[in-house]
Amino acid sequence: MKSSLLSCGVLLSSALLLSLPVHSQSLYERLGGEAGMLAITNAFIEEISFDAMVYPYFRTSDIGRFQAKFSEQLCVAVNGPCEYTGDSMLLVHRGMGIDEAAFNRTVELLQAAMTREGVHHTDQNRILKQFAPMRADIIHQ
Amino acid sequence: MPPFVKRYQMLIVLFTALFSVNAVAGSQLLATGGVTQVEGSAGGGLVPWAVIAGYGDANEYSSGAFTTQVDLADFRLHSVGAYASWDNRWELSASQQRFTVKQTDVVLRQEVYGVKARIAGDVLYGPGPQWSLGVQYKRLLDDAVAQSLSADKTHADLDVYLAASQIHLAAFAGYNVMWNATLRASRANQLGFLGYGGDEQQRHQSLLEVSALMLVRPDLAIGVEYRQKPDNLSAIKEDDWYDVFVAWFPNKHVSVTAAWAHTGRIAGSDKQEGMYWSLATFF
Repeated sequence: MKSSLLSCGVLLSSALLLSLPVHSQSLYERLGGEAGMLAITNAFIEEISFDAMVYPYFRTSDIGRFQAKFSEQLCVAVNGPCEYTGDSMLLVHRGMGIDEAAFNRTVELLQAAMTREGVHHTDQNRILKQFAPMRADIIHQ
Repeated sequence: MPPFVKRYQMLIVLFTALFSVNAVAGSQLLATGGVTQVEGSAGGGLVPWAVIAGYGDANEYSSGAFTTQVDLADFRLHSVGAYASWDNRWELSASQQRFTVKQTDVVLRQEVYGVKARIAGDVLYGPGPQWSLGVQYKRLLDDAVAQSLSADKTHADLDVYLAASQIHLAAFAGYNVMWNATLRASRANQLGFLGYGGDEQQRHQSLLEVSALMLVRPDLAIGVEYRQKPDNLSAIKEDDWYDVFVAWFPNKHVSVTAAWAHTGRIAGSDKQEGMYWSLATFF
């Protein structure tokens, strides 16, 4: 019976290794370049606009500006050939009083948007990893 | 526990899960609350983690229930309990474990009441790991076996632990990885079923418990755990435990965990190992 533990572990790790995606393209390319950035951003905007909890925070936002700046930010996060020309996260979220729950919900909406655009969950994790450090400048401002 | 609850606990846990899917579970991201360990605290299967049970974040309340069964060669361990947590800071838990010796009518019951407090950090957003301090108050209801083995205490005792947990986003080929390390002060023999302390070691000792897992899908974790155990009784040996597990989080209200647990020597029986199943709900 001792071998069953071992074989269980071997089985799990081999299943895992077999499912590892091999990438020849950069993350930016895999996401479809500039058009891909815009598609994810648009899907994100749509998710937000249908969400009763998060939409109120965007009610007075300039959607065109958000679309342009978020696309840039996404592009920078995936090492694309872009520069972020928007305001600092601290400045953008000042006075909005975003709490942990609203922040988490927005992350879920971004995940939903990326899933809709066919972004593999490992690539979603890579993107969230770049965005995660911004949380401190976004909540409780 | 009333006989009705005891008999139908599995159904109760399942039904409350099914009928609560529209309720708010809390805002934290899927799987970040962990599952419920065998003594009722949020954690892996064997090890309490620094995470607070459920998906509640700041200013949110969460509660839930769990049932766990470990089927070893000569024994069966069954654990059932509930928790409440709030503000992603406090966790209260109550559970009962039944340790059955197969092919006999020997049943040892123990109750565990747990309190855990997050003292620093955030498991996902850092910086650094999330830290929690916890206690498990254990009360042995059937103490005849503990007495016959000359355990130092046979009525009740306290475990105290410090846990650190951290999730690393996209740490391995894009997959999220989580680790946990827990330092527990305990003298509980076989979780406490065989009393607390013994002739070889009476006092609490520091025991290391670790877990590591990877989310192979957003709703599916695989991992390993190791739990150092005391060995206080000269009459019988006690081994460290370890397991390999798969945990599935179909939604924020339920998790199903399957594991292969290796528990070594228990009460004179060698090479105990077997399947571990656990169902947990989160509201």
